[in-house]
Amino acid sequence: MQTGMESLSFKLPGTRPLPAGFAPVLVGVVASGNLEVMVEPAPGADCTFEVATSACGFRAIWEAVVRDFHDRHGLAGARVSINDMGATPAVVSLRLDQAAAALP
Amino acid sequence: MSTISFAECSARERLALLLDEGSFVEWLPPAERVTSPHLAQLGLPAAFDDGIAIGHATLAGRKVFVAAQEGEFMGGGVGEVHGAKLTGLFRRALLEKPDAVLLLAESGGVRLHEANAGLIAVSEVMRALLDLRAAGIPTLVLIGGANGCFGGMGIVARCADWIVMSDIARHAMSGPEVIEASHGVEEFDSRDRALVWRTTGGKHRYLMGDCDVLVEDDVAAFRNAAIAALDRHSPLTLESLEAEHALLERRLVQAPAGADAVELWRSLGVADADHIPDLGAAEVVDRKAA
Repeated sequence: MQTGMESLSFKLPGTRPLPAGFAPVLVGVVASGNLEVMVEPAPGADCTFEVATSACGFRAIWEAVVRDFHDRHGLAGARVSINDMGATPAVVSLRLDQAAAALP
Repeated sequence: MSTISFAECSARERLALLLDEGSFVEWLPPAERVTSPHLAQLGLPAAFDDGIAIGHATLAGRKVFVAAQEGEFMGGGVGEVHGAKLTGLFRRALLEKPDAVLLLAESGGVRLHEANAGLIAVSEVMRALLDLRAAGIPTLVLIGGANGCFGGMGIVARCADWIVMSDIARHAMSGPEVIEASHGVEEFDSRDRALVWRTTGGKHRYLMGDCDVLVEDDVAAFRNAAIAALDRHSPLTLESLEAEHALLERRLVQAPAGADAVELWRSLGVADADHIPDLGAAEVVDRKAA
């Protein structure tokens, strides 16, 4: 049995520039089968994703979900941070879209 | 008129809807990443705000300090950072003297994962809250979350000047499962939801005088009750403490032996005690007055 947290990070080139210094956005709650997503401004044109998850060994699925989100939104100059407590891929996608919808 | 359930809202949604629109300014917001130093060691994810948002805002134009606990994160449990944010808010209020301090409480009490650090944090929260009362700054607790307000936070709530509860909120020291585990299912069946609400729910607390205002599960009702309570400071004096002790003593003596809450209400002269569980908040308030 694997215990502990797994940390994952991804960096993708963005296409949709966000207003400089926008107010950070937080959606969702860290609870069983749920997660919180925070989006903050970051220098450069990339979108970085930092995931801390209690479900270990799902890197490939996280990467697929993150790439799918990025294909749709292409955020540039953004840092996306996630605290996850075993959310399913569908819930993760929902929260990411919810965060994108709350951006200026 | 449509209502918005207070219980269904997250802590941040409650702040957004209860306070004057757009007035909440957060201290130690999520982007500061002041998170629990303990949870990662246990293989548990942290929350960027450690399950509590604190800051200042206006309520009906008056300056208030406010904290909201997120019941979905670790059951609203008070960890080291969570408790330190509450204590810090209260101590800053002592210096800056806002018109009132509001606590939107939803908590199972101490976050057991953080053990002693959480226990110490709750004791510091109590001390800081009592200091506010001694300084004459009104302190107001709103309890309306699905997880209720239990354990150390149940005590913290009773340290405040004024408590507002909804009929679906619960407030007690030991939670139902704790009582069942320590005293047996014959003493208290934690799966009997009607029993749990009769014993710890908002209506019972209101009829017993443990909370001051009973409202429906509606954000606007909580906002109105909070505005009405902004100047409700009740000085904490030796006389008031002795009166409270006398009241508790009378309650023990007068309580019918082995009684259910319904018999207790009847013994207190509450009209229509049998039907209290089926009534709305306003009707319960009428029955108590009658």
